[in-house]
Amino acid sequence: MSRSFLLRNPSVLIFLAALAIFTLSVTLLSEAFGSDVISTSFVKTLGKTLCLCLVALAMDLVWGYCGILSLGHFAFFGLGGYMIGMWLMYARTELIVADSLANAAIPPTDQEVVDAIGTQIFGVVGSSDFPPIWAFAHSLPLQLLMVLLVPGLLALVFGWLAFRSRVTGVYLSILTQAMTLALSLYLFQNESGLRGNNGLSGLQNLPGVTASQAVVSIWFLWASAFALGVGYVVSAWVVSGKFGSVIRGIRDDEARVRFLGYSVEGYKLFIFTFTAIIAAIAGALYYPQAGIINPGEVAPIASIYLAVWVAIGGRGRLYGAVIGAAFVSLVSTWFTGGQVPSVPLGFYTIDWVDWWLVLLGLSFVLVTLLAPKGIGGLFDLISGRLAPNRHGADYGPDKGSLQEEEGRG
Amino acid sequence: MSNLLEVSGVSVTFDGYRAIRNLSFQIGSAELRAIIGPNGAGKTTFMDIVTGKTRPDEGRVTWGERSINLLKMNEARIAQEGIGRKFQRPTVFEDQTVFANLLMAVRNPRGSFACLFYRPTAKDRTRVEELASEIGLSDALSRKSGELSHGQKQWLEIGMLLAQEPRLLLVDEPAAGMTLAEREHTTDLLKEAAKTRAVVVVEHDMEFVRRLDCKVTVLHEGSVLAEGSLDHVTANPQVIEVYLGR
Ligand SMILES: Nc1ncnc2c1ncn2[C@@H]1O[C@H](COP(=O)(O)OP(=O)(O)OP(=O)(O)O)[C@@H](O)[C@H]1O
Ligand SMILES: [Mg+2]
Repeated sequence: MSRSFLLRNPSVLIFLAALAIFTLSVTLLSEAFGSDVISTSFVKTLGKTLCLCLVALAMDLVWGYCGILSLGHFAFFGLGGYMIGMWLMYARTELIVADSLANAAIPPTDQEVVDAIGTQIFGVVGSSDFPPIWAFAHSLPLQLLMVLLVPGLLALVFGWLAFRSRVTGVYLSILTQAMTLALSLYLFQNESGLRGNNGLSGLQNLPGVTASQAVVSIWFLWASAFALGVGYVVSAWVVSGKFGSVIRGIRDDEARVRFLGYSVEGYKLFIFTFTAIIAAIAGALYYPQAGIINPGEVAPIASIYLAVWVAIGGRGRLYGAVIGAAFVSLVSTWFTGGQVPSVPLGFYTIDWVDWWLVLLGLSFVLVTLLAPKGIGGLFDLISGRLAPNRHGADYGPDKGSLQEEEGRG
Repeated sequence: MSNLLEVSGVSVTFDGYRAIRNLSFQIGSAELRAIIGPNGAGKTTFMDIVTGKTRPDEGRVTWGERSINLLKMNEARIAQEGIGRKFQRPTVFEDQTVFANLLMAVRNPRGSFACLFYRPTAKDRTRVEELASEIGLSDALSRKSGELSHGQKQWLEIGMLLAQEPRLLLVDEPAAGMTLAEREHTTDLLKEAAKTRAVVVVEHDMEFVRRLDCKVTVLHEGSVLAEGSLDHVTANPQVIEVYLGR
């Protein structure tokens, strides 16, 4: 990643600058800095939004650049959240237990401490034993490793099976939906060892940290912004060189790429696993800000929303994905938060909490039909780069290939 | 002379239709060969078999000095072994520049990690520029290949083929959509390439084949009807009946 890379990609610098200005302004206007313009809960919303932008970036790499319409990337996001959540719950419960046992006449044995933690955590599902998957939960470094390894391995195994049998297009999308559905059904079971439908909670309380939530929310805002910034630079670097050429080739015409001697399956597996890990990191930063994670988070619909964000923002350009995720998720928060005035029609009142999804679905259809470049396409209007007229021909024979309207001059 | 590619007794059936019937074919390591035959004779299917796109029902395809079995390999491995292919319809990456198209083809390690950390060396840049001037696209290096004319796309694909430095080039109807001057240039390029490697050209245009001045194989209904010099095969009454006489 040399200086010339940044110079050749001015949009990366612009993005980093915008991100830095945003993060600084939010910080200065936050409760933590005494100015009270932005409430702590809204700081958390903004921090979470940055994490959603990061997972959208991953989605854009895998779909917008490589043409794999994965509808399962939220499974990796959720798994990342679960992995960090395990440590957060364990470590915090350990402190509580230590406190309550401190005054006992006989000092508790290690086993007694672990048992007490188990009772605290698993009481809700009628158990007190630690399932084997919690083996590393006592250690932050090990559990951070799990944040990367568990989703990464799942993606590797799933991708290997799917790509090796050359499953593509709609069938691959369905398979990824099945994967995230299976994961969520598994997590719903109490026997899964992750507290079933209760999920993991209290994640906003960092063990051993006495700082107020106002301050902690700023820490996470910065951590999320940093992760997004690094993720953006790395993604831009990955797609800038020959690797980017190859994966865009795979998107438009994968058979042709094979005949050039590139192992298409290997590249797909690489990008699928790589983006799964990015999604996991985003999830690991998101859920401590959300405070709770439950199996509903990895429901199939979540991954579909992800594709909708990227489509609305404009796939195949990194800033498009970020803008799409930020815009749609913030607007969604606004609508579903009940702050938008209802529209009285006399015979019926449109309540946006219920109607927001209809509006979102409608905008998705409209964007797909009328402006396939999405919001990102506005930048082409400004710079005058119009899609060349190709008389209806897409950029390649494959299903995921760039459509005529998505082209750039 | 030992053969570079040896295809023997190959048959393929598509939904009950026998597109290739007991086909046998050999080519030496520095040889130019033209394949002619009416539409549907199985010329493209033959290339599909050699490049691993289509698996034959029976027969053997062996490659190189050590007679490697190509039927066990996937398309990418076969390409890495040194078999390059130009398609009947020009297929280039239309969303990418001419430079990017050529650079992707230039002979370099093909693995994903090697590719991720690859940055074009001065040598590779020079190679791309050389190729571009050879195919008359020097001024178009930074243009998107989708903007090129049909003939230019054919050229670009030939350039990509040469960039791979294959030991065997399979070229499917290279002259379609080219002007007379461009056709002549193409024959020169192919003849030049055949000095150091094997080249198989499928072509309908007899003038083009005559200019190639090489051994000709006539395919008909999935098997070889005649083989020899152009004058020899065109004198064959069967060939005249199925192909030339129409
Ligand atoms: N994938 C396929 N499925 C079914 N039939 C096929 C397939 N590929 C080829 N065929 C059939 O096999 C026969 C041989 O086709 P092929 O494309 O090899 O002919 P060709 O000699 O290249 O003809 P042309 O000169 O028109 O390019 C044709 O009848 C074709 O319809
Ligand atoms: Mg053909």
